[in-house]
Amino acid sequence: MASKPVEQLDSVVIRFAGDSGDGMQLTGGRFTSETALIGNDLATYPDFPAEIRAPAGSLPGVSGFQLHFADHDILTPGDQPNVLVAMNPAALKTNLNDLPPSGILVVDKDAFTDRNLTKAGYGGNPIEDGTLESYEVHAIPLTSMTIEALKDIEGITKREAERAKNMFALGLMSWLYGRPTEGTIAFLESKFARRPEIAAANVKAFQTGYAFGETTEAFAVQYEVKPATMKPGLYRNITGNQALAYGLIAASVKSGLPLFLGAYPITPASSVLEELARHKNFGVRTFQAEDEIAAVGAALGASFGGSLGVSTSSGPGIVLKQETIGLGITLELPLVIVDVQRAGPSTGMPTKPEQADLLGVMFGRNSESPVPVIAAATPSDCFDAALEAARIAVKYRTPVFLLSDAYLANGSEPWLLPDVDAIPPIEPGFAEANGEDFQPYRRDEQTLARPWAIPGTPGLEHRIGGLEKQDVTGNVSYDPDNHDLMVRLRAQKVAGIAQDIPELEVDDPDGAEMLVLSWGGTYGSVAAAVRRVRGAGKKVAHAHLRYLNPFPRNTGEILRAYDKVLVPEINLGQLQKLVRAEFLVDATGFNLVRGIPFRAGEVADAIGAMVDS
Amino acid sequence: MATNGKLSAKDYKTDQEVRWCPGCGDYAILAALQSFMPELEVPKEKIVFVSGIGCAARFPYYMETYGMHSIHGRAPAIATGLATSRPDLSVWVVTGDGDSLSIGGNHLIHALRRNVNIKILMFNNEIYGLTKGQYSPTSPLGTRTKSTPMGSLDWPFNPLSLAIGAEASFVARAIDTDRAHLTQTLRAAAAHRGSSFVEIFQNCNIYNDGAFDFVREDKENRIYLEHGKPIRFGAEGKKGVRQRTDGSVELVDVTDESELLVHNAHHVEPSAAFALSRLTQSTANATPIGIFRDVERPVYDDLMAQQIATAHAEQAGDIGALLQAGDTWTI
Repeated sequence: MASKPVEQLDSVVIRFAGDSGDGMQLTGGRFTSETALIGNDLATYPDFPAEIRAPAGSLPGVSGFQLHFADHDILTPGDQPNVLVAMNPAALKTNLNDLPPSGILVVDKDAFTDRNLTKAGYGGNPIEDGTLESYEVHAIPLTSMTIEALKDIEGITKREAERAKNMFALGLMSWLYGRPTEGTIAFLESKFARRPEIAAANVKAFQTGYAFGETTEAFAVQYEVKPATMKPGLYRNITGNQALAYGLIAASVKSGLPLFLGAYPITPASSVLEELARHKNFGVRTFQAEDEIAAVGAALGASFGGSLGVSTSSGPGIVLKQETIGLGITLELPLVIVDVQRAGPSTGMPTKPEQADLLGVMFGRNSESPVPVIAAATPSDCFDAALEAARIAVKYRTPVFLLSDAYLANGSEPWLLPDVDAIPPIEPGFAEANGEDFQPYRRDEQTLARPWAIPGTPGLEHRIGGLEKQDVTGNVSYDPDNHDLMVRLRAQKVAGIAQDIPELEVDDPDGAEMLVLSWGGTYGSVAAAVRRVRGAGKKVAHAHLRYLNPFPRNTGEILRAYDKVLVPEINLGQLQKLVRAEFLVDATGFNLVRGIPFRAGEVADAIGAMVDS
Repeated sequence: MATNGKLSAKDYKTDQEVRWCPGCGDYAILAALQSFMPELEVPKEKIVFVSGIGCAARFPYYMETYGMHSIHGRAPAIATGLATSRPDLSVWVVTGDGDSLSIGGNHLIHALRRNVNIKILMFNNEIYGLTKGQYSPTSPLGTRTKSTPMGSLDWPFNPLSLAIGAEASFVARAIDTDRAHLTQTLRAAAAHRGSSFVEIFQNCNIYNDGAFDFVREDKENRIYLEHGKPIRFGAEGKKGVRQRTDGSVELVDVTDESELLVHNAHHVEPSAAFALSRLTQSTANATPIGIFRDVERPVYDDLMAQQIATAHAEQAGDIGALLQAGDTWTI
């Protein structure tokens, strides 16, 4: 048959939403892979409940996956979808508010039964009662068409046939946006290799969905989004947690230090543990501990023995680790602690992002216990941030906090693969006996780091501990002046790292009077917002902090150069407090703490209003 | 210069002044351990003592080896990371009844079940010494201390029952002042590959003096366990231990040695060892000393090393290849 007319689009935001058991994350993941292969720029945001399988059809059980893809470089997964695929009434109900008028809405008509409608709290059927008339609605019997398409495949149950409906939907969307199909077919055949009949069913459902798009009169046009112009090189798609795990492995390879991960399962950090557990061929030791405290304790013990000790967790686990981190600070041993932040306090909303652990990691230990803090900006930046955290930890013999969040952890983007040979080595610089009397707290004059003398080194037997130590010798000391000195030395050591990190860069092409200062996982939303404000003809500067402690050495200078400073954060103003306290600048906050990433539009509105004020 | 093991006790003494109270049982244990160390035939740079918090936890400062005085209760966790990442080291944990059974109880039981290659010496004095005399998780019910003026309300742990229940592969008991037997027990603990748990009755002469006098002073109440031998004790071995039909044990006057329980420390099943651990001052006014249990079981560190070796043999890690795995595209 003749192909349909093709309409060009510069960008599309698509959201797949369905029951937790409907396979929406898989569907979104496959659409992402297809899109990556076309060469579009992309950003994804999986949004799922903490409940593994909330009651089928219920509102809390809705799982979503949003993907933004474009023919130009983009920074966020998109504020609002252009297309919403809703697999049941609950998915429609929880996601419809985000779909702008005239947006494309694809629903599985078969799922809109009285029972499902009641579970979702609908009085009538929105497909039939006119509720949806401002949208371009495609009510398609996805379930029954899938079952019909698979009726000739032997060895599968009706339930198994029905479960392939997500692949029908994926096939339809793949046609609509001209995505390649080979990768998904190969993926399904590999994933279900042990059950070829299931593989066949899913492939068939996928192909039938694709063919349905071609033939149905419901879709008059097919869309095309051309590849984006991106820096040349080899790319892959990557999530934040995967990039973080790879960064830790790279740090191990580049330092020659075996990687030891102590971790306790916790959302949204567990996938770092799972990823690292798959790479024992790099000598990676993953220790799933009995609790968060043991996880970091074992990592510190491994560091004492000359490993790169790492512990990964999220807020509720981080608070349990703080005592051990304090020990690491006074022992002055390398340790990387990863906090994949989630919404709190307490258990909070485990799968949802937040940036509210900053003050906790800065100050949440007893006494004066300074620790360097680094925050990743994007999913792929988690790789570089992990490498940098390890570099600082090893060079300065100190615990280092690496902050990520639930959005970065699960979100993905194309990643221009780094030249691994060009990554500089990390020198552990273990102490060796040199005939002199060994002093475990005799510091390097430049870095103030103490020697790292690992067990097994003859002649350097020594004892360290949590009791205050005498300067140089490390012997237990209660001397008042010595304590004051040691408190200051530990602080100076961390503060001095400012000389060893890049200056803060400002993006200010127009000579603005207002600066937006962001940090961590909001980079994409804030940078996109800044673009929009500039697009509206206003001047605004943007600086993004990767180093939260110490701040880059020119931070104060930059902040003071602007009349107005806005600090957007997914907390109630934690960086804002820090920069006010440190630099005496009248920074204003923009704060929304909803457990979702900022939408670029709302940040742009806040910036625009402040520029005009 | 690597040490060759031909050292003496004084080579394991540090220049730090030992700061336990005069008369503390810890001195005897320290002396026994410093004397035993040369016999270990491990270069002293390969020996590490890790401790938590408490009087016992000061131990590493007095041993001329590598050492870490860490935080309350966490020594088994820290030692697990160290031992697992460095199978070449001899890692010892020194802990007390509060450190290991209260705040660190979770780490202790998990280290034991994993069978990490660490030697845990638990100095039990049935009191919190460093915090000046509060009752501990091994203090008998009704113990009157500053925090329990009307007597403690909680039933105590039996440390050996706990360790056996936690799947420990080596469980023993010694007495601070019985140097020969303590050394013999340390020797067996060191020889065991995996977790060794040794409870050492240690007298706190300040806050709980005489807690173990029933066996420290009255040697006839010591039931020395010897593998493969009928369990006899008391003056001229006139008393013995008999196993009842329900598996529990009782003390008897020996009339017929064949009735007595023959101690088998290597029995796969821990039931008899557990039954023996129930003989205490309160149940029998006598208690077994020696090795209750010594069985071979896969060691966590070895298993992890094997997995790494297997994975490495299949395909050595290549960071460039790792990053490029999966779907890639070129622009």
